Amino acid sequence: MTYSTLPNVKISIQAQDFNLQDEVDLLEQDNAIDGAVVTFTGRVRNKNEGLKVSGLTLEHYPGMTEKSLEKIIKQAQQRWQIGRISVIHRIGQLMIGEQIVFVGVTSMHRQDAFAAAEFIMDYLKVQAPFWKKEVTEQGEKWLDAKQSDNQQAQQWDK
Amino acid sequence: MTENIMIKIVFFAALREQLDCSELQIAASEVKTISDIKAKLANKNEHWQQVFNNGALLSAINHDMVANDANVKSGDEVAFFPPVTGG
Repeated sequence: MTYSTLPNVKISIQAQDFNLQDEVDLLEQDNAIDGAVVTFTGRVRNKNEGLKVSGLTLEHYPGMTEKSLEKIIKQAQQRWQIGRISVIHRIGQLMIGEQIVFVGVTSMHRQDAFAAAEFIMDYLKVQAPFWKKEVTEQGEKWLDAKQSDNQQAQQWDK
Repeated sequence: MTENIMIKIVFFAALREQLDCSELQIAASEVKTISDIKAKLANKNEHWQQVFNNGALLSAINHDMVANDANVKSGDEVAFFPPVTGG
């Protein structure tokens, strides 16, 4: 379940929910050198593109998902001075308000953790092989990728 | 036919549903690149042709995202899927 070949990195693709405090504790435990912990949690919205959403199903590509997240994390480690990194992504059926994704990064000073967390999330959005199928008032519908997500990720190339 | 002269092709999400197929095998001797595989799959019938006309489809070889001109070889796992929508 929890997968990583990199030290100080946790990657988990899981059906079950996660507890925010437990994840923060893991990042902070026996880690006195890092003064900053930045976390992001993504949740299921009740609306998308004007349609009411009652829930969604998340599919992924086992094996590639973990590999692509490792690649993204390695890039972040090359760009910033960061300590521990956790990425959790849930799969399967999720209802409105449920947590989908968690990114947590520690660093000595806040700028590195802020930037790295945003970078990891931006790249996850366009490179990690996950797909959402929403249950809307008009039936089930695979989500279309957003051009704005591509632009957001490309900003890091500048 | 043994596994090692074949290429395993897998499909995900909306693409898998459109094709009503999650995986198949093709002989490695028949294709050199991702483009070749796409052309071969599109040749199957009119429906598959329409589906593979979609320029937005992404491809991966052995879990790494690749471009259309990437080379494939026997034993590879090649995946096709729509743009990703996680997070």
